[in-house]
Amino acid sequence: MSNATTAAGGGAPAPARRRRSARRRKEARAGYLFLLPWFVGLAALVIGPMATSAYLSFTEYDLFHDPVWVGVENYRTLFTDDPRYLQSLRVTFTYVLASVPLRLVVALGLAVLMNRTLRGMSFYRAALYLPSLLGGSVAIAVLWRQLFGSNGAINQLLALVGIDGPNWIASPDTSLATLIVLAIWQFGSPMVIFLAGLRQIPAELLEAARVDGAGAVRRFVSVTLPLLTPLVFFNLVMQTIVAFQAFTPSYIISNGTGGPVDSTLFYTLYLYIKGFSEFEMGYASAMAWVLVAIIAAFTAVNFLGARRWVHYSDAS
Amino acid sequence: MPSTVTQVLPATVDPSPPSTSSKGGRRRGSRSPLATTAWHGLMLLLCLATLYPVLWMARSAVVPESEIFASPTIVPSQVDLSNFAAGWSANPPGFGTFLMNSFIICAGAVAGNLIACTLAAYAFARLDFPLKRLWFAVMLATVMLPAHVTLIPQYALFSAAGWVGTYLPLIVPKFLATDAFFIFLLVQFMRGIPRELDEAAELDGAGRWRMFRSVMLPLSIPALATTAVFTFIWTYEDFLGPLIYLSDLNDYPVPLGLRMFMNAMGQSSYGQLFAMSLVSLLPVFIFFLLFQRKLIAGIATTGLKG
Repeated sequence: MSNATTAAGGGAPAPARRRRSARRRKEARAGYLFLLPWFVGLAALVIGPMATSAYLSFTEYDLFHDPVWVGVENYRTLFTDDPRYLQSLRVTFTYVLASVPLRLVVALGLAVLMNRTLRGMSFYRAALYLPSLLGGSVAIAVLWRQLFGSNGAINQLLALVGIDGPNWIASPDTSLATLIVLAIWQFGSPMVIFLAGLRQIPAELLEAARVDGAGAVRRFVSVTLPLLTPLVFFNLVMQTIVAFQAFTPSYIISNGTGGPVDSTLFYTLYLYIKGFSEFEMGYASAMAWVLVAIIAAFTAVNFLGARRWVHYSDAS
Repeated sequence: MPSTVTQVLPATVDPSPPSTSSKGGRRRGSRSPLATTAWHGLMLLLCLATLYPVLWMARSAVVPESEIFASPTIVPSQVDLSNFAAGWSANPPGFGTFLMNSFIICAGAVAGNLIACTLAAYAFARLDFPLKRLWFAVMLATVMLPAHVTLIPQYALFSAAGWVGTYLPLIVPKFLATDAFFIFLLVQFMRGIPRELDEAAELDGAGRWRMFRSVMLPLSIPALATTAVFTFIWTYEDFLGPLIYLSDLNDYPVPLGLRMFMNAMGQSSYGQLFAMSLVSLLPVFIFFLLFQRKLIAGIATTGLKG
């Protein structure tokens, strides 16, 4: 490596070249030293465990005995012989496909509404962002159970307009919807990202469109929205990845069961039940790898689809 | 995937928080006072609707049990703090212990992330070394990797080390920079620091370590604060980690304590349950109030999950 750089140095006098390559070597050593903790973590807690779980996914393993090789049996069982797993897939897909787009629509709508420079802006932004910070906590999940219970505040509010609401949490038809609402409620971080993006749009562009006679809606659709598509895309990718891994709300609201009748059995909750309640850790590892494949597939589809609708205004 | 990861990151977003007093002023000419008032009214209404669940819980914590589910109001008929006192010690070892346990875990996690992620970020932001691009791509890929794929082998590893039932599995990984997300956040910040500053230090004969210590660290304090606060909040709210690794009541952090509370008291004392839920949110809320601007700026630059 150092020989190659010295040779390529061509015209420079020899001592200077030598000094430069010595400096480079020193810098390379420093780089790897600074990265040392990360390398140890990468090897011991990421790559090593990934290889192990890939292996375990082809075994029967309960933590206390040696893994027993079973080939693709775990994967075969998942898709052909485990109705609960297929149910957890259904629940998770419904949750992701409903909550991610709705959360982004709410976030974008509020960001557009908030894109003013008026007094009080930072207060509103903070208040609307707050649920994003609190929403993943056990306390909020506990609250959600009561909010959507048969006598909860939601039904009390509905009663004011003469609607007799069900027990949203206890009914298998509506329990998942309460979790989707909880996810939408946490619209704060995409909203803040959209808001920052809106502030970057040059005022001259909007002004030019206005002079050309474009109304507010037209300006939004033809100028604002295309310029925001990179951020919409970014949020879509990240939020999808995060949504597939949701765990706490489903665990707390169903008390760790995924009920009623498995209607809130999130993928990660079923993985937890298999791995840590039933100690079928080989099986749970297979589930984890299928989840990686699903997330990778969704991300790939997002990237492929992005060519059609994401506009990058400059090459950088 | 790694090469495409960089593509998706919003490099164009301005790191500075949108400020109310920005030079741009109003965008579309002057607005009538009536429109401004209507906008404020709408915004207040939206904030109220958004915060309604939390406000309802706060009100329910301070009114008598019989009133909680009698109406959807958020205005308390009276302020009775007895639920807080009763809930605090209702489930041994008590909420004080849960909070203290949470703070111990959070302190370890914050220290770990600050040290390990800053070291790694400095290397990626400022040093040149072979395979740097590859390692950077690997780092970004691990940000997106679902934690579940390493969960079981990590558990087996920590179990073999005799760490199950201690806080070590919750803290030690942070000292090995496994929260790669914060490396990315810090790299983004450090890249914005003018190189002339390190070069001046280098001319003075400073080595890499001293340039890191006396130039980059002090200048990175805003990003370090963001890292610390988000690490605190996410560690504080983490449920799965403690659920898997801790089993002794005396070691429980807040989320596990609250869940136990829900199971034990749920049906009989909603007031206490809400009071303790509220207490459990308080540290997050206080941090949010103190660091609001910083947190929001951090999200705008890196697109934090959450």
